[in-house]
Amino acid sequence: MSTLTPDVTVDSRGAGCPGPLMDLIGKVKKADPGTVIELQTSDTGSKDDVPEWLDKAGHELLEIVEHDDYWSIYVRTTG
Amino acid sequence: MTQRIVIVGAGTGGSVLANRLADRLAPDIDAGDVEVTLVNESEMHVYKPIWLYVAFGKRDPEDGVRPVVDLVDPRVSLRFSRVEAIDAEEKRLALNGGDTLAYDYLVLATGARIVPDEVPGLQEAGHDFYSEEGAIALRDALADFTEGHLVLSVVGTPHMCPAAPLEFVFMADDWLRERGIRDQVDITYTYPIQRVHGKPTIAEWAAPRMDARDIRAETFFNVETVDAEAGVLKSLEGEELAYDLLVTIPPHDGVPMIREAGLGDDGWVAVDRTTLEATHADDVFALGDAADVPAPKAGSAAHYQASVVADRLTSLVHGQVPTATYDGKVVCFLEAGMDEATFVSFDYTHEPQLRPESRPVHWAKLAYNESYWLTARGLL
Ligand SMILES: Cc1cc2nc3c(=O)[nH]c(=O)nc-3n(C[C@H](O)[C@H](O)[C@H](O)COP(=O)(O)OP(=O)(O)OC[C@H]3O[C@@H](n4cnc5c(N)ncnc54)[C@H](O)[C@@H]3O)c2cc1C
Repeated sequence: MSTLTPDVTVDSRGAGCPGPLMDLIGKVKKADPGTVIELQTSDTGSKDDVPEWLDKAGHELLEIVEHDDYWSIYVRTTG
Repeated sequence: MTQRIVIVGAGTGGSVLANRLADRLAPDIDAGDVEVTLVNESEMHVYKPIWLYVAFGKRDPEDGVRPVVDLVDPRVSLRFSRVEAIDAEEKRLALNGGDTLAYDYLVLATGARIVPDEVPGLQEAGHDFYSEEGAIALRDALADFTEGHLVLSVVGTPHMCPAAPLEFVFMADDWLRERGIRDQVDITYTYPIQRVHGKPTIAEWAAPRMDARDIRAETFFNVETVDAEAGVLKSLEGEELAYDLLVTIPPHDGVPMIREAGLGDDGWVAVDRTTLEATHADDVFALGDAADVPAPKAGSAAHYQASVVADRLTSLVHGQVPTATYDGKVVCFLEAGMDEATFVSFDYTHEPQLRPESRPVHWAKLAYNESYWLTARGLL
């Protein structure tokens, strides 16, 4: 369990096209700076994809928490 | 007491659902025990996939339009009116013009709309094939375009038909070759994440084909603004890309009343991904593009979801426990050029497998476009 309380939770479990990272980008675009977003994903690839994009786009990766059958990736948006 | 089922939206999902219900509930409707009403803002049903072909001058926009009344079983009552608001507490809808419509069960099949205004400069600068007017204007712009840089940019996520942007660049490449001007045109495809499609297996299929055809890919590219005057795209990641002809997949949204009714913050109705029942209201379902499920916004997904909702509603009005569930199934054709295509099928737990593209699959896609009207009628 994480001690973080997200402002927004994006449930992308069950893989899904267009993919969890795209769901996250959609949310990040609309979010105010400083918003904490929890991305729930069961797609293993997200553990690499998401940090790579956050790095490129300049948002902050807070924590990745592993659950039984999915991961929660916590992100804070920057301005 | 008559049980009232109201469906909002007579697109792919709403029409299939209405016809399925008319079929499953015929005796109940005839006896006056159940009433099925389909509300649509216009008298016309629109088949959007045609627009991809309109852009290349291969089909006319009218090929994708039919009167709703010709597609829907006469047991279904039709109302042509825009629904302005949903009161999920009182179980009634406010219609354009002041009427209200009460329901016992409500299904939202209101689809997705494009909102290019969300990106500064996009409206002025970009063409699209995601609207009838857009496809017509793009057809004319493409016909005039003989040299320069053609950029296809996927701006919006999620968007209708995740395959369509890839189809567009493969078709454009072929089409320009047929016209003998491919060597005068550079083609670039931009995509928000680090591969050329959300599904890894589709991206793995597409990337080498793009290389082989000299279609450049810019990944991790999320358009933030468009400078129409200079002809430049600026990305969230800090990059710039100059274009001569810009074609975009604009941002998408649901209908505002979904947000206003508290049914989903993003414009899409929050639902259980398997039962398609709304998370924030009782006796409300959503299907097709309007539903927030981790499945593509595709007509075939809407079709499968309509069958599930029809089964669940049939059980409910008969006082039985509904058991039908949606497993995320979708089937998509994917054009790989002007005369070859492949197709994929997948669900929540299975990844798509791609077969090599072929002519027969391309013909199957065109044949599907023709037989679509049987799908909407609930016959296929
Ligand atoms: C260019 C393009 C190519 C595509 N290609 C494919 C493809 O090859 N394969 C595929 O499977 N899918 C494809 N799609 C996607 C497909 O068209 C959609 O996923 C499908 O139409 C979704 O069906 P729907 O019933 O959810 O919504 P829609 O078909 O969009 O219908 C929504 C209906 O609701 C009505 N409505 C909305 N709001 C209101 C209101 N407030 N009151 C009353 N009525 C309202 C609208 O007028 C409309 O009739 C493509 C889409 C595009 C744009």
